Amino acid sequence: MEFFKIRRTIPFMRHALIFNVISAVTFLAAVFFLAYRGLNFSVEFTGGTLIEVGYQRSADVERIRRTLDGAGFKAEVQNFGSSREVLIRMHLEKNQSSADLSRKVIEILKQEDSAAELRRVEFVGPQVGSELANLGSVALLVTAVAIVLYLWMRFEWRFGLSAIVANLHDVVIILGCFAFFQWEFSLPVLAAVLAVLGYSVNESVVVFDRVRENFRKMRKASTVEVIDSAITGVISRTIITHLCTQMMATTMLLFGGPALHYFALALTIGICFGIYSSVLVASPLVMWLGAKRDQFVKPLKRGGARDEHEGAVV
Amino acid sequence: MNRFPPWKYALIALAIVAAFLYTLPNFFGESPAVQVSSVKATVKVDGALMARAEDTLKAANIPYTGVLLEQTSLRVRFGDTDTQLKAKDTIDHALNPDASNPTYVVALNLLPASPRWLTAIHALPMYLGLDLRGGVHFLLQVDMQAAITKRLESLAGDLRSQLRERDIRHGGITREGQTLRVRFRDAATRDKAREVIASNLPDLNVAEREDGQDWLLVATLKPEAIKRTQEYALKQNITTLHNRINELGVAEPVIQQQGADRVLVQLPGVQDTAKAKDILGRTASLEIRMADEERMNPEALAAAAKGQVPFGDEYYVERNGQPLLVKKQVVLTGDRLTDAQPGFDQQTNEPAVHLRLDGQGARIFQEVTRENVGKRMAILLIEKGKGEVITAPVIRSEIPGGRVQISGRMSTTEAADVALLLRAGALAAPMEIIEERTVGPSLGRDNIAKGFNATRWGFVAIVAFMSIYYVLFGLISSVALGVNLLFLVALLSLLQATLTLPGIAAIALTLGMAIDANVLINERIREELRGGATPQAAIAAGYERAWATILDSNVTTLVVGLSLLMVPGAVRGFAVVHCLGIGTSMFSAVVVSRAIVNLVYGHRRRVAHLSIGDTAWT
Repeated sequence: MEFFKIRRTIPFMRHALIFNVISAVTFLAAVFFLAYRGLNFSVEFTGGTLIEVGYQRSADVERIRRTLDGAGFKAEVQNFGSSREVLIRMHLEKNQSSADLSRKVIEILKQEDSAAELRRVEFVGPQVGSELANLGSVALLVTAVAIVLYLWMRFEWRFGLSAIVANLHDVVIILGCFAFFQWEFSLPVLAAVLAVLGYSVNESVVVFDRVRENFRKMRKASTVEVIDSAITGVISRTIITHLCTQMMATTMLLFGGPALHYFALALTIGICFGIYSSVLVASPLVMWLGAKRDQFVKPLKRGGARDEHEGAVV
Repeated sequence: MNRFPPWKYALIALAIVAAFLYTLPNFFGESPAVQVSSVKATVKVDGALMARAEDTLKAANIPYTGVLLEQTSLRVRFGDTDTQLKAKDTIDHALNPDASNPTYVVALNLLPASPRWLTAIHALPMYLGLDLRGGVHFLLQVDMQAAITKRLESLAGDLRSQLRERDIRHGGITREGQTLRVRFRDAATRDKAREVIASNLPDLNVAEREDGQDWLLVATLKPEAIKRTQEYALKQNITTLHNRINELGVAEPVIQQQGADRVLVQLPGVQDTAKAKDILGRTASLEIRMADEERMNPEALAAAAKGQVPFGDEYYVERNGQPLLVKKQVVLTGDRLTDAQPGFDQQTNEPAVHLRLDGQGARIFQEVTRENVGKRMAILLIEKGKGEVITAPVIRSEIPGGRVQISGRMSTTEAADVALLLRAGALAAPMEIIEERTVGPSLGRDNIAKGFNATRWGFVAIVAFMSIYYVLFGLISSVALGVNLLFLVALLSLLQATLTLPGIAAIALTLGMAIDANVLINERIREELRGGATPQAAIAAGYERAWATILDSNVTTLVVGLSLLMVPGAVRGFAVVHCLGIGTSMFSAVVVSRAIVNLVYGHRRRVAHLSIGDTAWT
């Protein structure tokens, strides 16, 4: 079986401008929503208390909200995963001791329904929260710089720069989606976003590897032709790999429960945009930045010494 | 060209067998056990205790399946949880006759149920994080400013008594923020005082200043003294927490320093957070009191043991079992104690405990010792209104200067234990809970089941797809992927890295991404075939050409994984597995799959066709 019986080179670069415009528009939209709506950070970043309570039967969210309100707690209450689980979120309040908060809340809820069971408490103080937020952004920055440096070393600065621009654009789009739908941005989501960054760069590397190889092999072809043939050569592998990874993300979405829900969602968005950006954004960028054969191929020496990378000879 | 030398196959087979062995313990589950550890630093867990516990169980006719003596704890294994519960009560009664003053912590625990020979080669099941097995996690912040302030106050007291001893007149010592200010009438007095500080209080940096008519000395703590104070505060707080958590009966508590001023406490299996918090935040205090020598005769002690304690006294039993009458009146409290270290007597070279008191404490202590030479004093640890005599030494002579040495009839370990108890009595600086995470046991089980399910079905889907799409090569890739999973689990078990829910997600994601290497290889082989290469040449060229790409793409993924390690908590749990997974997947996708392909095709003389799906359409 084979999905892609591609007989000739597909002229991807002919439409490079269109792809870049599409990217720019989605990117700007993502930035707009990030700025306008902002991310819905979890308590891990903002500080606060999170209490998950399990019931035997369907929980009456409205009533729990009223009960807590009556007891003087400002809390957001919502279902979590199934109708029997409830998530109570409280922001940090001045002069409120964290130590008693969760105990008081569960006492109140138990008075109402003795079947209420405390499943999880998370309390994060303000300093820990802001530290995590800082560390998260530092991690993102370090990753980006390290990737550029590696690709620069391994390929050329044009490739490093294009890869990172294309893939940070993925990251921004994932964040934009989280901002637009106001999905909760938690630590596992941060891990997913960074993992996607690595994954997309990996994708770009595969394309670039082929570009480099083709520059050496197709000595007469123009840059555009080289890039086109490289993408055509790897497109089948790109799609199959992404399909496999997406299968994992999908099973996580289906079976992983609420704890992995947003993690899997971030992966899914990342994988979809990963294909697009590494193939159709990074490569045109390399082209615009002016990648040329001479950057990879030393001029042929007299005497016909073969370039060792020239490829197989039959 | 597609043959490995035999040693290479053997090496791969060996790696797989080893990985299988280390993965094995994860399938045996856990068996219920009771864990006994000592609460008191002076009581050790040893063979005698093991014999005692075994005798108790035999006497009560409770069957057990194994006993394990470790450095700090004794573990007894049982067939089922009912026996475990019964045994816990029985052992608890036998080892702790006085329930209000327990000597041992007897806690329920789960032990891996894998056979003994597996445990002997250190094959243990993966170490599950709190989100998978339930429990409590606290991060406590130590208030270092308070610790430094306390130290400065105590130095101020020292300075006051030093100046008084040498008759140096000053216009008052005050603490302003993190500095001490001493006022003098004239420069000559100030110079004298400065010399005193330089020779006797080496922790202080002194600067001179003039303020109107006054001559000032401004003293600050030296940086190294600040560092020492902070380290001491942290160490003491950790010791105190250790002692308190022992009371909770937690099988495997984790109490660790994190950063310069934080303490991490993890209590797996504890559900009663309220009690845990209560115990962590409790304040204990030390008291020094005089023994009531006049009334301490055998009759009075016997009567006191029955509850008839003379008026104004309290009855205690020393650690060595000797009864003691102690006056209720408190001579000194623990606040005055600034340090306690084990050491040796300088003249006799006997083991000793060295105490340091602050200025005011030293003055009181000098007075009391002067008036009570030859009598005994008692140092008590008061917790929850209940006292315990740590030590009751005889006063040999008047002790000036706040440097006290307790020696005689002590072994080195005893000296260390007493010093620890003296330090552990109270927190050196207040602490605040800055992060708390509690996970109920049912949620932990749910998380394991969900993470496992997601991984399993994802794996099945990938195997199905690969086998259909690449036929035999797809099947080989799937086997390599399975080996990858085996290696990853074995590595996690071997390293005993903490597995969390994000860690399980990372296993799933790593598998999803690892297949990429095989897809690259298989696509390359197809391409070579289409290009007209012979099957054997196509295999060789496919693996060779794909390798550079696989390496590049894995290195970039590794870069991300490593930088993720910076972010603590859920992200680090993810990153550890992710990084390990990149290593195992490179090996299994390239080496293991190649070995299988070589075994299948490499040893045939003629291969007409590769089972890698349809490539004949060009």
